[in-house]
Amino acid sequence: MSDIATLATVLFAMIGGAIRVSTPFLFVSLGECVTEKAGRINLGLEGTLVLGAMAAYMVAYETGDPWLGVLAAGCAGLILGVMHATLCSLPRVNDVAIGIALMSFGTGLAFFFGKPYIQPQAPRLPSVELGGWIGNAQLAEALTINPLFFIGVALAFFLRWAFDNTRYGLLLRMAGDSVAASRAMGVSVDGVRLAATAAGGFLSGIGGAFLSLYYPGSWNEALSSGQGLMAVALVIFARWDPQRCFYAAMLFGAAGALGPALQSVGIVKGYYFFNAAPYILTLLIMIGAGRDGKAARAMPSELGVQR
Amino acid sequence: MDASQAAAPAPGGLVSAGAGARFRQAAEYIAIPLFALAVSAVLFSLFLLALGHSPDEFFSLLWRGGFGTAFSWRNTLQRAAPLVLTALAVAIPARIGLTIIGGEGAVVLGGLAAAAIAIPLAGTVPTLVLLGCMAILAASVGAGWIGLAGYLRHARNVNETISSLLLAYIAIAILNFTVEGPLRDPGSLNKPSTPPIGRENMLAPVPGLEVPWALVAGIAIAIGLHLLMSRTIFGFAARVTGGNPRAARAQGLPVGRLIVLCTAIAGACAGLAGFFEVAAIHGNANAALAAGYGYTGILVAFLARHNPIAVVPVAILFGGIAAAGGLIQRRMGLPDATVLLLQATVFVVLLASETLYGRLRIFKARTPA
Repeated sequence: MSDIATLATVLFAMIGGAIRVSTPFLFVSLGECVTEKAGRINLGLEGTLVLGAMAAYMVAYETGDPWLGVLAAGCAGLILGVMHATLCSLPRVNDVAIGIALMSFGTGLAFFFGKPYIQPQAPRLPSVELGGWIGNAQLAEALTINPLFFIGVALAFFLRWAFDNTRYGLLLRMAGDSVAASRAMGVSVDGVRLAATAAGGFLSGIGGAFLSLYYPGSWNEALSSGQGLMAVALVIFARWDPQRCFYAAMLFGAAGALGPALQSVGIVKGYYFFNAAPYILTLLIMIGAGRDGKAARAMPSELGVQR
Repeated sequence: MDASQAAAPAPGGLVSAGAGARFRQAAEYIAIPLFALAVSAVLFSLFLLALGHSPDEFFSLLWRGGFGTAFSWRNTLQRAAPLVLTALAVAIPARIGLTIIGGEGAVVLGGLAAAAIAIPLAGTVPTLVLLGCMAILAASVGAGWIGLAGYLRHARNVNETISSLLLAYIAIAILNFTVEGPLRDPGSLNKPSTPPIGRENMLAPVPGLEVPWALVAGIAIAIGLHLLMSRTIFGFAARVTGGNPRAARAQGLPVGRLIVLCTAIAGACAGLAGFFEVAAIHGNANAALAAGYGYTGILVAFLARHNPIAVVPVAILFGGIAAAGGLIQRRMGLPDATVLLLQATVFVVLLASETLYGRLRIFKARTPA
């Protein structure tokens, strides 16, 4: 194989991979973005992602309908979100610590009930083929895209618009920026945060459904390794802007696709390091954004992610 | 976030209160966690009942598997030993207001470093020298790894909770890469490992007591760190910083240095846990080093309210729960994640019980009429 053909293979694999790998990042980061806009941080979305993946796989297998699985994943996430919000509304209870606890709770629940579903094969989500007309098999493969990706992208742009232009967006931002102002308006801050955390959980659960029902497309205990957590870091990088969350998710997706793409052309040396690329990228981004004034200004004031 | 809120030293911890108030406060710190444990047990029993399992059988197996026989005690203490060290790795940074959850990374890299240095040294130097070198290297590597999270927090304002966990994932990737690549023992076929340190060099339990050396070391370190945090200027400065970083900075305390030192101490503890796993359990470094001790340590530290001494009994309790896991799995046909779920339930209930502090009548000082 010539060098150019190899490069094209890697490139196409990375484009396709970036679209596939980015989808769970996109959903979790949008969920976290909604939650953090309301002034609360939910570190437990990693657990939500895993529980969502398991719930989706279980329901899809039992009913034969993958879209019911997606719904189940959302509901599982919603329940964890409601738990987080309810516990955090108690005085003196810390949202970061509750997030860590719910991370292990969601994972524990998923492993407990997911044991019998490691072997069987659930129906996968269908995909849309956009590249059939090009005549290049690799590009066509890269452009075989899951509808959830389009839903996520549309949602990113919609949320960005809704934050700025709707009453609900305003209420959400107000709860995140000033508790005093919300109270003065007669708005229940805890109520807004409950809705925001529940919605965030719902979206993260759907991110999990994508993992188990589309890519990689099976349920096992090593399915998610930190994607939920990286998505939290990604929100900081995206400066709490859903549209930027989309771009950031694509970047993370490309980093995550690097390892498999290189493997597809036979480069297996340093496999573990290429797989660690997203973690390293996240860390570097956090280091870069650390003293960034823009990020500090965009942060909801009630949020102390970066004190 | 307010990491300091969860992790801050007890209110009144800096200012000594009257004897009666102190007693009531101490009683509160014991009674509320015990209450949280009881509530978790009830919730978990309901969960088991709903699934058609007997909670009675579950908890009696838990007792038998963890604490019932001499054999189960040995098993329990063996699992408790790394938990003491990894819990200290959470408790010490908590005192300065940081929530470090990536102790697993320091365990893994500490163990790997210990096994790596043993490759050239084993057989050429006496066992004690070898073990000493391994321990020092493991502690240093761990200190550097978690210290990095502390440094990034101070220098670049990087959230230490997220960065420490990312570093843990990176550490596990380094371990897997190393044991399957450059340091792989050609003799390890189905379970890639580094070359063994040699059976004659491995740490046996303390003679006569059958207690692992790792636990003895863990208890000694816990006592040492308790004294450091409560009786020295360093500890005082760290607690002031944890309570109010801005005030500490205004007072001219070297906040950055304190943060890096506290996280480095934490990493050294977790790194030592990795050393003991290699020197006393596995005899080499392999993927089994990432056994989750770093994560369970988080729960142990929170339950102990970040008190280094309280970490020891809590670690033994959770060592027992982990030790009973296998028995429960076999006898009741429950999945191995049962123990994980029980621990997570305890964790959630415990954090929710934070809301009770200072609100219960019986623990309140009576105001003189």
